[in-house]
Amino acid sequence: MSAKKLLRAFSAALLCAVFASGVCAGILTHYSYSRQFREAPSAAPSAQHPLGTDHLGRDLLARLLYGTRVSLLLAPAAALLATLIAGLFGGIAGLWGGWMEKAILAAADLSLGLPLLFVLIALRALLPLDISPVISVVATFLTLGILGWPASLRVVWAAARRYRNSDFLLLARAGGCSPSRILLRHVMPNLLPVLLAQFWISIPLFILTEATLSMLGLGVMEPLPSWGTLLKGLEDLTAVRANPWMLSPLLVLIAVVISLQLILPAREEAL
Amino acid sequence: MRALRSHLLAWLVLLLCAAPLAAQSAEELHFCLHGEPKTFDPVLVDDEASENVRYLTGGVLIRLNRQTQALEPALATSWELSKDGRAITFHLRKGLYFSDGTPFTAEDVAFTMRRLLDPQTHSPTGDAFRSGEGSASVEAPTADRAVITFPAPVAGLERLFDQVAILSAHSPKKEMAVLGAYYVSDYKPGAYLVLRRNPNYWKRDSTGRPLPYIEVIRLDIQRNREIELMRFRRGELDLINRLDAEQFDHLRRENPAVTRNAGTGLDAEEFWFNQSPAAPLPDIKKEWFRTTEFRRAVSLAINREDLCRIVFLGYAKPAFGPVSPSNQFWFNPALPAPKYDPQGALRLLEQAGFRFQNGVLKDRAGNPVAFTLVTNSGNAVREKMAAMIQQDLSQIGIRMTVVTLDFPSLIERMTRTLDYDACLLGLVNTDLDPNSQMTVWLSSGENHQWNPNQKSPATPWEAEIDKLMREQASSLSEKQRKAKFDRVQQIVAEQQPFIYLVNKDVLTAVSPAVVGAAPAVLNPQAFWNAETLRLKPAPESGALR
Repeated sequence: MSAKKLLRAFSAALLCAVFASGVCAGILTHYSYSRQFREAPSAAPSAQHPLGTDHLGRDLLARLLYGTRVSLLLAPAAALLATLIAGLFGGIAGLWGGWMEKAILAAADLSLGLPLLFVLIALRALLPLDISPVISVVATFLTLGILGWPASLRVVWAAARRYRNSDFLLLARAGGCSPSRILLRHVMPNLLPVLLAQFWISIPLFILTEATLSMLGLGVMEPLPSWGTLLKGLEDLTAVRANPWMLSPLLVLIAVVISLQLILPAREEAL
Repeated sequence: MRALRSHLLAWLVLLLCAAPLAAQSAEELHFCLHGEPKTFDPVLVDDEASENVRYLTGGVLIRLNRQTQALEPALATSWELSKDGRAITFHLRKGLYFSDGTPFTAEDVAFTMRRLLDPQTHSPTGDAFRSGEGSASVEAPTADRAVITFPAPVAGLERLFDQVAILSAHSPKKEMAVLGAYYVSDYKPGAYLVLRRNPNYWKRDSTGRPLPYIEVIRLDIQRNREIELMRFRRGELDLINRLDAEQFDHLRRENPAVTRNAGTGLDAEEFWFNQSPAAPLPDIKKEWFRTTEFRRAVSLAINREDLCRIVFLGYAKPAFGPVSPSNQFWFNPALPAPKYDPQGALRLLEQAGFRFQNGVLKDRAGNPVAFTLVTNSGNAVREKMAAMIQQDLSQIGIRMTVVTLDFPSLIERMTRTLDYDACLLGLVNTDLDPNSQMTVWLSSGENHQWNPNQKSPATPWEAEIDKLMREQASSLSEKQRKAKFDRVQQIVAEQQPFIYLVNKDVLTAVSPAVVGAAPAVLNPQAFWNAETLRLKPAPESGALR
């Protein structure tokens, strides 16, 4: 096995391990992510708390595991939603051209021009306050998915455009295929590598966006943890210097983002 | 050629070594302002940075001693209040000059007060002097006597003059001619401000030596507190006026000699329930929030000692009520100490018809009790406090959701839409006198947060607070005013419209190079006695200068 393949295998194994630890959080730790051990705030790693505790005395391992569940389950879901929207509209724009292409691209450009952060702040302000943390986190990722399509759309549109005047589509049209059948049965399979690449690229992007949003007080609500809320604790550099184990969520995030990037070419090659 | 090169090299090395020394001479006190001063006109001051500059440069008739909290003569040697409390007569020091050499007379006092009280000036400082209908009259019968007559008595009038820096009526330099210890000599917007010793300053020390001792104060404009702390650690700054608990704690561990805890401050962290009838909330929530037992129970269920110990690392005290114990005159010592008693909270709730079943608190109609607490995003301290309150309240079966909002959205909900259940914020108290809180306590006030802008008081206890606040504001006897405001504090403790949580300590850092620093709880905490501060020569002071 070449070094490259070994690295990819290692990255995939690491991703699986992190993903599984998030899913099995309840088995791996018997602490609740919200329980405050008030006699041990900012405690160093110990047998009782392997990663120490945060500033409120909450077990950092439990918070990291449950935070992994939130971030690693919902970021791919948001990436899938964004990629599907981009695939559908990018495909239509690329294949049909004309006024529809212009309208879709204009909408994408408009969305790209919007400051995403302010749109999200405004959306959060409009949402009712009495929603549960779980609904809040789902709404956040849903919003990210809905608003995160324009960048992918431009890539998909450029790929779909190449097939607009291709021979196989000419044959399909001549054979009486409906536009939806042409798009779904003939074009989409050809766009799959592009769509998969966009999907894999979007996952770390959404994880990091959620982290940014949480640092601004949007997104995941206390006491529910996510990688974003855990990274928020790193704002205080003095506290980080005193309690370096607070860096553990950052290390996991770095490992996951790098792993996602490393396995990406493997997917493309496979297809 | 080689000799010339070595010579040049030696000069370069010497210049490099001398550069930091030149940047900060031994006679230069160096610290930071946390924002750009919006104005140098003392009459228009409305922000902390401008207020600090006004404090250092402005000469006032009466000075509030930040340590003893007593009033002391300054430009006025004495003053008299008329029996009806409407007029105040100042006897001024003779032979004083502004920083530019213009003589100081009663005309300057009259000019300043006329400008301050002119509604067209829109002076925030002048607003505190407004009383009754009509305008105030200001006279200067002699060069050393000024008489100001107000349309109605102004409670705590003398203390208000601590904020009035006297302007020159004749100086071509206008507000840049000052009577304070320092004058502004250089200002680079966004970067720094240099204050130089006023050669005409009137004050002398006990040996007759003119004050201030330090020649130059350099104020860097630095919003980032982490950078400020880093520069202090490197010895580039001589003091930090306010530190947060974590910064102070870390600094104390590194070098306890530089940290100064001035004691419990005037500021409080508090939360309140939205009791406004106009709020778009379900009726059941409105009923809970208007129930005194519910509010008192919530207050009892919060472990304030834990908040002080964990969130503020021990640099805070559980709050008794609207007045901090450090406000020596106005604090009501008869108030009960805040208690943590979840069982007592449940008993109170049962009295009010609530039931605690299977870990869930339900109201009379069987609705589970749940509400949302909003606070401003980006404030780590409040977010930690909210998380702790959340756990405390879960022990009496209340499900509290915490939502952080950006400040404009929060203010919009608090003041316009009233669409929130409860809010956690801080109360900044810059003044000792309760008159500065009139808009908070009067039911018609816009800052009467739990139910603002009422046409008539919604409850008998709010009506009583209105009456007491109005009476104390028009009373001339400090004793009577105190008795009335003591009663206000008692009502607030009984009714808990604001649930006061903690009073934070005033935490400062002062370099060992600074001699004579005695941080106080009142602003400006670390440099209120700037005129008597001295700097040790650099070699004596060690690493931090």
